[in-house]
Amino acid sequence: MKRLLGLMASLFLVGGLPGPAAAQSADLAPDVLVKNVTNEVLDIVRKDKDIQNGNTKKAIDLVETKVLPYFNFNRMTALAVGKDWRQASPAQQKQLADEFHTLLVRTYSKALTEYRSQTISFKPLKAQAGDTDVTVRSQINQPGAKAIDLDYSLEKGDKGWKVYDIAVGGVSLITNYRSEFAQQISQGGVDGLIKRLQAKNKSGEASVPNKQAP
Amino acid sequence: MTFAKCRLATLVAAAALTLTLGGCATSGNPKDPIEGFNRAVFAFNEGLDTAIIRPVAVGYDKVMPSPVRTGVSNFFGNIADLAIALNNLLQGKVPEAASDAGRFLMNTTVGILGVFDVASTVGLEKHDEDFGQTFGRWGVGPGAYVVVPFFGPRDVRDTVGLVLDVKADPVAHLNNIANRNTLLAVRIISDRADLLPADKVIEEAALDKYSYIRDAYLQRRRSKVYDGNPPHEADE
Repeated sequence: MKRLLGLMASLFLVGGLPGPAAAQSADLAPDVLVKNVTNEVLDIVRKDKDIQNGNTKKAIDLVETKVLPYFNFNRMTALAVGKDWRQASPAQQKQLADEFHTLLVRTYSKALTEYRSQTISFKPLKAQAGDTDVTVRSQINQPGAKAIDLDYSLEKGDKGWKVYDIAVGGVSLITNYRSEFAQQISQGGVDGLIKRLQAKNKSGEASVPNKQAP
Repeated sequence: MTFAKCRLATLVAAAALTLTLGGCATSGNPKDPIEGFNRAVFAFNEGLDTAIIRPVAVGYDKVMPSPVRTGVSNFFGNIADLAIALNNLLQGKVPEAASDAGRFLMNTTVGILGVFDVASTVGLEKHDEDFGQTFGRWGVGPGAYVVVPFFGPRDVRDTVGLVLDVKADPVAHLNNIANRNTLLAVRIISDRADLLPADKVIEEAALDKYSYIRDAYLQRRRSKVYDGNPPHEADE
């Protein structure tokens, strides 16, 4: 349990992919992109005592400006919702993507406020020249504990490389949320899921253990 | 050790009993056939954590200076390297087992009883193995998800592994009962304190804490059995 939870935190701990102007990023190799962004974000967090002391608002700003432009939320939401995505109306799809976006920003920012002094090392990128779907592998090093694998899955679109999944210690963000979303949808349909996400984002509530009737 | 043994035997028996009775499965997740039972135990564990373990860990975290906290973590981590070496050996990973043994030797001597993790600085990486992973490596499938009282999430394979992990735990075998209990308690608190940052993130991230932890656990164990390179599972 202990290791697992530590990994869960790390799921959101390390920075996303900000970087220079969007036009330039379209030409950057995905591993360079991830590396630049990660270093930039961690640099900022290292110097910012407010964030380290728990100033979530500052962390959220950091994540929104530097990290999220490089995430493909539509794709991530579609993957997490799974087969029900196609049945959802465009309005529902938009709502889902927006709420998921908010959820991820808040969680990511929370994790950044827990950053202490970990370092990131990157593994060589294993990809062919024409690949449009790659995995950038890195690891989080922390003293006294085993390094944690952190893998980014990126897709090349017309706006350049975008992240559509992150896996920490083998736990894929999309796969984890897919289970949770499926559970919510089976109970209350797509609208039920939207409502649940909205409620969670609005109140910033602690998640309540779901008591299901047999 | 007797207390822990009794408790474990009871749990495994209880789990086995409930598995045969079927429990009240709820969301129909094929990996979690005894979900009703698991949610109940999860709630119990959460209650225990909220009432006792977490507050003590928070206090420990506040009071202990960071280098001391790290030293304590390293001390227990060093002891754990012995069982990790054993499991690597059982899995046929001889170089890794040799490295773990080397870590233990170096940290115990140069690192002063494991308080300083000098082995990591010379490139002897810390591994993470246990009997559940060894069984997995030998081809045993995970079986149903089980939440074990006090210990938390497991699957059937890892619950059996847990029994062996406890048997192989040097701290649990200390002859002096008072010392053993003190060390066990300190280790529990130290480990729990290491997880406090994770609490906040999980509260933020999870729609339903129980299923979030379950799904992460199952994914994580699969990845660990394959040492970070699990084969792709069919999607959807």
